Amino acid sequence: MRHTKYLSLLAALLVLGTSIHAAEAARTSVKVGFLSTLSGPGAGLGVDIRDGFNLAIKHLNGKLGGLTAEVLIVDDQQKPEVAQQATEKFLKKDKVDFMTGIVFSNLMLAVGPAVFDNKTFYISANAGPSQYAGEQCNPFFFNVAWQNDNLHEAVGKYVQGKGFKNVVLVAPNYPGGKDAMVGFKRFYKGKVGEEIYTKLGQLDYAAELAQIRSLKPDAVFFFLPGGMGINFVKQFVAAGLSADSQLFAPGFSADEDVIKAVGAPMLGMFNSSHWAHDMENAENKRFVADFQKEYGRLPSLYASQGYDAALMMDAGVRDVKGKLDDKEALRKALEAKHFKSVRGEFKFNTNHYPVQNYYLRVIGKDAQGRITNKTMGTIFTNHADAYVAQCKMK
Amino acid sequence: MTQLILEQALNGLQFGLMLFLLAAGLTLVFGIMDMINLAHGSLYMVGAYLAAAATQASGSFIIGIGAAMLGTALLGVLIEVTLLRRLYARNHLAQVLATFALILIANESVRMIWGAQPVLLNTPDELSGPVSLVGFFYPAYRLLIIGVGALVAALLYVLVARTRVGMWVRAGASNREMTEALGVNVRLLFTAVLAFGAALCALAGALLGPLLAVQVGMGESILILAFVVIVIGGIGSIRGALVGSLLVGLVDTLGRAALPSLLRTFLSSETASSLGPALASILIYVLMVAVLFWRPEGLFPARS
Repeated sequence: MRHTKYLSLLAALLVLGTSIHAAEAARTSVKVGFLSTLSGPGAGLGVDIRDGFNLAIKHLNGKLGGLTAEVLIVDDQQKPEVAQQATEKFLKKDKVDFMTGIVFSNLMLAVGPAVFDNKTFYISANAGPSQYAGEQCNPFFFNVAWQNDNLHEAVGKYVQGKGFKNVVLVAPNYPGGKDAMVGFKRFYKGKVGEEIYTKLGQLDYAAELAQIRSLKPDAVFFFLPGGMGINFVKQFVAAGLSADSQLFAPGFSADEDVIKAVGAPMLGMFNSSHWAHDMENAENKRFVADFQKEYGRLPSLYASQGYDAALMMDAGVRDVKGKLDDKEALRKALEAKHFKSVRGEFKFNTNHYPVQNYYLRVIGKDAQGRITNKTMGTIFTNHADAYVAQCKMK
Repeated sequence: MTQLILEQALNGLQFGLMLFLLAAGLTLVFGIMDMINLAHGSLYMVGAYLAAAATQASGSFIIGIGAAMLGTALLGVLIEVTLLRRLYARNHLAQVLATFALILIANESVRMIWGAQPVLLNTPDELSGPVSLVGFFYPAYRLLIIGVGALVAALLYVLVARTRVGMWVRAGASNREMTEALGVNVRLLFTAVLAFGAALCALAGALLGPLLAVQVGMGESILILAFVVIVIGGIGSIRGALVGSLLVGLVDTLGRAALPSLLRTFLSSETASSLGPALASILIYVLMVAVLFWRPEGLFPARS
């Protein structure tokens, strides 16, 4: 009697097991592991990427390529070990189809190997380390935004063209910061007064500012994303340095998040970007208008990147008709890029990084008196990154 | 060159004095009751958040600071009466575990109330510009911080070295049982010391808020430095906390500023710029190890 009870229980379990398998075969949903920095000084970036991503999902009626979108959102706290743990869970327990969201390149490099080994596609909406553009490029890694060096290259070219002769460079001591300095110097050929590396997440720049004062540069180029940049600009102005040295930054340190926090001292600052909220195309107009309606603020470049990442997944899933287990077909579909980006036209290079235009923007007041970015012109047309030749995509 | 050194020395002084505000409370608590209070950094965080909220509500930075100090002191008393009091007789492990739990509770509570993103606390407009010192400009706000820090250090010295309450505190730090036997209510004294330490934390949090960022977890990074300070200075000693704070502030600032260029004189530029910041960030720990090696009790031990 007792045995039959156990047997029936076992049978029930087996039936349950097969039904789960059956559900897996006919896919009705896409799982996305969204891991990003949502707390601490870098939180503004992750929050913007998340909000852009969610807006795209909303525009797509909660679907990606016709399948129901399940987005799992986790905060990496800007700590590599937290990011690794969360990735492990995404890959092994949740069995996600895509991952996206990481802001900082050191975290990207920390979780990349596990993601690629698991043959899960990573669509980077921000971090674009040089490693993954060159020798370590991977069929499962795509960057929908840019390669880290690109925006800095654009500023370098502009600063060079304007005839500045003595520039001090400031960036955090992490892979993204190193890419920034290298990128800037690739197109700026004048004297570099000093390359100052700061601690990632540093908030007090008194020592660095004193050093800059003693070097008397005519321009200062800084790459300090999120709260770091907000503090740097505020302290730069408070120290009275803005009278002698012109500030230049990539779009990362001169977008809505920083402008909102710093305000008027940002006026007149030139910066570079692959996207701007005033770009004239139908997709962008809808994105910017709806983003403001939804969240009550202007989107930043990070938000546009999050939005594009979702559009890219949508197009890929649709092209393979929901057959997500055919990795080869999905990779080809993603490479083909059948979606309309809010930045206008771009295509993927052989290393899965974009070939696209980079623009000059200046911070000024718009028609409604808001302090915001205005696009001034094009610095690079169809610009590719410098590492693509080293990439032998397998 | 002298200008640069002077400016960096001021920066080091400013950082050191703010560390002192934290280390002073921590060292007294540690010294008198032999109690390790990891939640000290959380009081600093709560102080900064209260200052930001009160400044936004009232529009005055001074009211913000006052409200933060008062509110945090009350919170300190509350924690002492409900929890810490039960831990004095326990061993250090129990204290560390319980106060570590407090850190987690504080961080999550702040996250629930104010959200995960940093809260904005700006320098008052009158102080946001630079002032001209001999030959160079220096941020007015940092000068104010140095002034307030020096004033508090002086007041604290008078309080601890020249008043009756200060005498009890010093007596409690060097021998608790004997002080109790002589009729001093050490329990009440400790509640007062904790409230006072909490108010100093809030002052540091409110003053540093505009320079750094008011955010969840801001207390932990500075708590580590405060512990380094009291280990260097000698546990339980206010004088040690002051000297330790200034040492740590100066070594950290000057190290960050001078090490990369110093290394560049005998290393390649690339190696120097990657090695410099790494070395600078461990410099204060090297200092701590050196002090521990030659003076294991710290520079000014309270119990000798």
